[in-house]
Amino acid sequence: MQDLSADQQFFRGTTSKFLDEQMPTGELRRRRDTQAGFDEKYWHRGADLGWTSLLVGEHLGGGTVSGDGLVDLSLVAYEFGRHAAPGPLVPDNIVAATLAAAGTDAHAGLIGDLLSGGSIASWALSEPPPHDRLDDVTLDIGVDGGDVALNGVKRPVESARQADHLLVTGRTGTGLTQVLVPTDAAGVSVEPMRTVDLTRRFDRVIFDDVRLPARTVIGEVGGAGGQVERQLQMALVLVNAECVGAMQTGFDMTLEWMFDRYSFGRPLASYQELKHRLADMKTWLEASHAISDAAAAAVGSGSPDGAELVSAAKAFIGEYGTQLLQDCVQLHGGIGVTFDHDLHLFLRRHTVNRALYGTPAEHRQRIADLVEQQKGVVA
Amino acid sequence: MSTDEIENVEAFRQRARAWIHENLRPVGPVALSLRRERSDEQELVAVARDREVQRMLFDAGLAGICIPPEYGGQGLTPDHQQALNDELAGYEFAMRLQVPTFTPCLAVLLEFGTEDQRRRHIPAILKGEEIWMQLLSEPSGGSDVAGALTSAVRDGDEWILNGSKVWTTGAWWSDWGLCLARTNWDVPKHRGLTVFLLPIHEPGVEVRRIEMLNGNKEFCQEFLSDVRVPDTDRVGDIDEGWTVGTGWMFHERMLYNSPLVTVPTGTTRGSASSSSALDVARDAGRLADPTVRDLIGEARMLDVVGEELQRRIGDGIATQTMSGETSAIGRVFVGVVAARRMTIQFEIAGAAGAAWSDDDGELTHCGTDFLMRQTSCIGGGTIEMARNVISERVLGMPRERTLDRDVAFRDVPRASSR
Ligand SMILES: Cc1cc2nc3c(=O)[nH]c(=O)nc-3n(C[C@H](O)[C@H](O)[C@H](O)COP(=O)(O)OP(=O)(O)OC[C@H]3O[C@@H](n4cnc5c(N)ncnc54)[C@H](O)[C@@H]3O)c2cc1C
Repeated sequence: MQDLSADQQFFRGTTSKFLDEQMPTGELRRRRDTQAGFDEKYWHRGADLGWTSLLVGEHLGGGTVSGDGLVDLSLVAYEFGRHAAPGPLVPDNIVAATLAAAGTDAHAGLIGDLLSGGSIASWALSEPPPHDRLDDVTLDIGVDGGDVALNGVKRPVESARQADHLLVTGRTGTGLTQVLVPTDAAGVSVEPMRTVDLTRRFDRVIFDDVRLPARTVIGEVGGAGGQVERQLQMALVLVNAECVGAMQTGFDMTLEWMFDRYSFGRPLASYQELKHRLADMKTWLEASHAISDAAAAAVGSGSPDGAELVSAAKAFIGEYGTQLLQDCVQLHGGIGVTFDHDLHLFLRRHTVNRALYGTPAEHRQRIADLVEQQKGVVA
Repeated sequence: MSTDEIENVEAFRQRARAWIHENLRPVGPVALSLRRERSDEQELVAVARDREVQRMLFDAGLAGICIPPEYGGQGLTPDHQQALNDELAGYEFAMRLQVPTFTPCLAVLLEFGTEDQRRRHIPAILKGEEIWMQLLSEPSGGSDVAGALTSAVRDGDEWILNGSKVWTTGAWWSDWGLCLARTNWDVPKHRGLTVFLLPIHEPGVEVRRIEMLNGNKEFCQEFLSDVRVPDTDRVGDIDEGWTVGTGWMFHERMLYNSPLVTVPTGTTRGSASSSSALDVARDAGRLADPTVRDLIGEARMLDVVGEELQRRIGDGIATQTMSGETSAIGRVFVGVVAARRMTIQFEIAGAAGAAWSDDDGELTHCGTDFLMRQTSCIGGGTIEMARNVISERVLGMPRERTLDRDVAFRDVPRASSR
């Protein structure tokens, strides 16, 4: 963000410094085969730095730096991307925000645990193909007297094995319903999945007639559409900010490489073909910063153009960010496709985020719908 | 002026709104396009109306928002300009007077002109009496701006100009030009240039129109034969034209991003661009086609991102967190995106891009626009030159090697004329 207050700069700087120390790239590599990708102490300390409390009001123990918690959290997300840091930053925060907005007094304790980092929650939204498209939710949430019953499969769910609770988005009739499901509830099974991200973990979660009391429903039965849309927009803001961070690091590394590497007695930086490539990459990078910041501000403040901006950001950053990072690989030559070089850590982060919460193509379709609505055109 | 004397933005906005609703005509989306849409007579009528609208704005105290009052402006801030732009959305505006008259020409006068030059021309521009052009490019090459061959030779209190300028959009209906000329052939190219104010319809200036590949004839070439210009119409010091030139290029790259320019908000975004992808799709009966919807979404995405990018760069330059050269980033983006937009529309139009009927609605322009696709990557300096600026001056990569750096301009290799 361009116009950060001194407080925001300090806040972002603290996370940046912490990640520099705790998660240097060698450490990320060492965590390659660990089950969680991060440990409790790390998450606790991150919580102390404010990673979990920004989308929750002060009366529940949260609070913001600038008055706009989503913008503040996007600064953390940016640093997560810049460092390819582990931890369920996005889904954990989305659940905390939703409980704070639509939960009851009974959730205060759990919110406190999420804020302190003592407990982790994740959001179970997307489903197996062919229902992995945005908006295509089929998991069935039936109402049976004082109970609800969940049947269906969710994947990928981030850090489901580390989570104590999942916020499950399902369907009741034609409407959406969300239920807070303890991961140890009878009928819930969690299976690890594989991913290209080195530091994040994803799972498949099966709900086989999971019966819970109706009070575990968050918001209205069949009436959670607006809430889910809000969650989605917030999640998009955060993954976009992460992507821009990853792009920034990849770009910085590549620019440096242009000066360090020589061919035919000249630094690579002296070849116009490569200079123009870098100029284009810089253009896409600045555009990504601009649209990511604009979307964060719009969604954070609840502005009506938030939906369009956040989809434009996801579509643009997904498409052009991939291009940028793969160009970074190209400009590194052979070393760019080795495990020992750091570049792939950021490519991995971006690649996974590109596919989460809607692909660029799906967001272009969403934008087309919005353009049509704005123009009031009849097909 | 202290801040408490400045009209507050909200009050200004109310005043502007009331005046606009009372005095200007509402219009549909305005395309800042090079399409061949009007006859010469219609074009002249449109130019006259632009001048009239500018005069009305001036009389209403709504012209030259960011220009000091001593030159006839309002002495207000870019925020006031933005408010005016917002209020103008959906209304006619003096389109032909903005670029290049307000920027780069007026901006250059303001930055480098003498007090007398400013007082003579800036109020006239604000009243719509003078339309300015930039006489920069030459037949021998436009990218190498400092390689100008048009010469100016001193004769007492006057200069005598000879040579030719080219690609001047709209010169045939304009009044003045800012002209870069060579005053010294015995020093390296950047050190022998001088900038002059040139009345376009002066004896010795012949304006010839050039037809573009879409039939538009707004492009002009000017032939200068012993044109006499008083020394008082010289801008900046003799042989120091490149200092002026550098500022000139900066203002040119700012384009519609400049606080000196009055354009209804949305003119470059929604109204004239991505929504036309939607209009083309509608008239082609393809709104339900998922591949077409993908393209509509892409067009809109690029416009929305472009607007935010310009805002970021504009703010960055204003607050000096970014160098003026960062404007080249916006230049590349705008050029590439405009070209992509033409491709998108051509794609949506299908065979109607190849052959169309007059009653095909928005489909009728897709083929010709596609032919003209690259203009957005050429006019105002090519995107290759902008990429050079980004890589060399924003990212600090080594400069391209040139063969004319320390050589007297007289001895620099030049293409043989064919
Ligand atoms: C719509 C439009 C409006 C215009 N309006 C005006 C106007 O009002 N006034 C005016 O003075 N001019 C105007 N121009 C001219 C414009 O500024 C020039 O066309 C432009 O600067 C390019 O110059 P050129 O055409 O001579 O191309 P050249 O300079 O001959 O370039 C040819 C090609 O070589 C590339 N190239 C050249 N040098 C380099 C280099 N060092 N590195 C990499 N690539 C290079 C260029 O990018 C281009 O692709 C206008 C042009 C257009 C299309």
